[in-house]
Amino acid sequence: MNRDSNVYTIIYASVMVLLVAVVLAFTSQSLRSFQKQNEDNDKRQQILRSINVNVEAGAAEAKYNELIREAFLVNEKGEKVDGDAFAADAEGLFPVFMAEVNGETKYIMALHGAGLWGPLWGYISLNEDRNTVFGADFSHQGETPGLGAEIATTAFSSRFTGKKIFMNSEFKSIAIVKPGKSATGQDYVDGISGGTITSQGVDQMILNSLKGYVSFLTSNNK
Amino acid sequence: MGLLSNKNKEVLAGPLSKNNPVIVQMLGICSALAVTSKLEPSIVMGLSVTAVVAFANVIISLLRNTIPNRIRIIVQLVVVAALVTIVSEVLKAFAYDVNKQLSVFVGLIITNCILMGRLEAFALGNGPWESFLDGIGNGLGYGIILVIVGFFRELFGSGTLLGFQVIPQSFYEIGYVNNGLMILPPMALIVVAVIIWVHRSRNKDLQEEN
Repeated sequence: MNRDSNVYTIIYASVMVLLVAVVLAFTSQSLRSFQKQNEDNDKRQQILRSINVNVEAGAAEAKYNELIREAFLVNEKGEKVDGDAFAADAEGLFPVFMAEVNGETKYIMALHGAGLWGPLWGYISLNEDRNTVFGADFSHQGETPGLGAEIATTAFSSRFTGKKIFMNSEFKSIAIVKPGKSATGQDYVDGISGGTITSQGVDQMILNSLKGYVSFLTSNNK
Repeated sequence: MGLLSNKNKEVLAGPLSKNNPVIVQMLGICSALAVTSKLEPSIVMGLSVTAVVAFANVIISLLRNTIPNRIRIIVQLVVVAALVTIVSEVLKAFAYDVNKQLSVFVGLIITNCILMGRLEAFALGNGPWESFLDGIGNGLGYGIILVIVGFFRELFGSGTLLGFQVIPQSFYEIGYVNNGLMILPPMALIVVAVIIWVHRSRNKDLQEEN
């Protein structure tokens, strides 16, 4: 068999590609259910971390079902609409998770944005006044370890607790500033040194994502 | 010939020092900069690369008498890419946290020069068992450097090791500050250079003459 002939080369390449495709498709299909379960539990863990509850992946589902009383979607006008809040990624619809922690209602909202290398996302929870932050949790796909990736630590997310997103009943969001700097007219927290672009990404993410919730948060305010 | 003859021992142990992929062959420096700002990703990356190099080496070695010469680089790439994808899928299913830690760097194993280097230089000309040992040796040689660099960068850059605070609070109170430069990529290059310096001065035979 001549290994340098064109026919051999083409047949070899075709067979190889087919084989690899079959192997990869099989791997992907057979592992899909495990992966889906991990992803869902990871999401539950993130939602729970935003109300300062830290659980192992295995216990996430039970704890989630225990604490989250209601999950629904709202549109930009603040009206509830039908749909699955947990799986939601539709444009213009925003998931809200209502949790009960020590007898108090917390509103958890989803955040989506972009960092330096890829997407950022997270959850932020507000107290019953729909203004004061109770907790937050941030995740990222590929920010630099030791720099931008520090946004995923509680050392960073805990800085948001107690901050207010409304000033004089006007939506102001929470600014993220370089450590040592400050922001006027709104609450602010320190960013990550050396992770400026990621910090700005979180800043924009909170501003843009919470914008969609403003009507919901201000409507039927008690 | 035993499974660990003297030649095979050399194949396995050589890359750990005298023939280290990073500090002697100068391969895989790019990823050594990217993942070493913390110790933990350095360790996991070292292990992942070891697994992928070892199995890619075995597969290419088994196929070495059938691969058409003109598309051998493509064949190598396909094998590596398929393996990395499988590793990534398996991690996602059974070690989700590790997968999140490594995130994009798993995919970047495909572009790690050590892989192509070892496939071209070793697996195409040697049997599967030798190739497997060569892969393990080179992966570990790469991992050792990553761990050393990650150790110093996390220790001096963040004051922690594997996420635990090791530099006592009292140091900070008397004015010690974490070196922010350590967690930036240039410092990885400098740490690698220092390792090469120390290594060459202990192994005089590696020094170039000119």
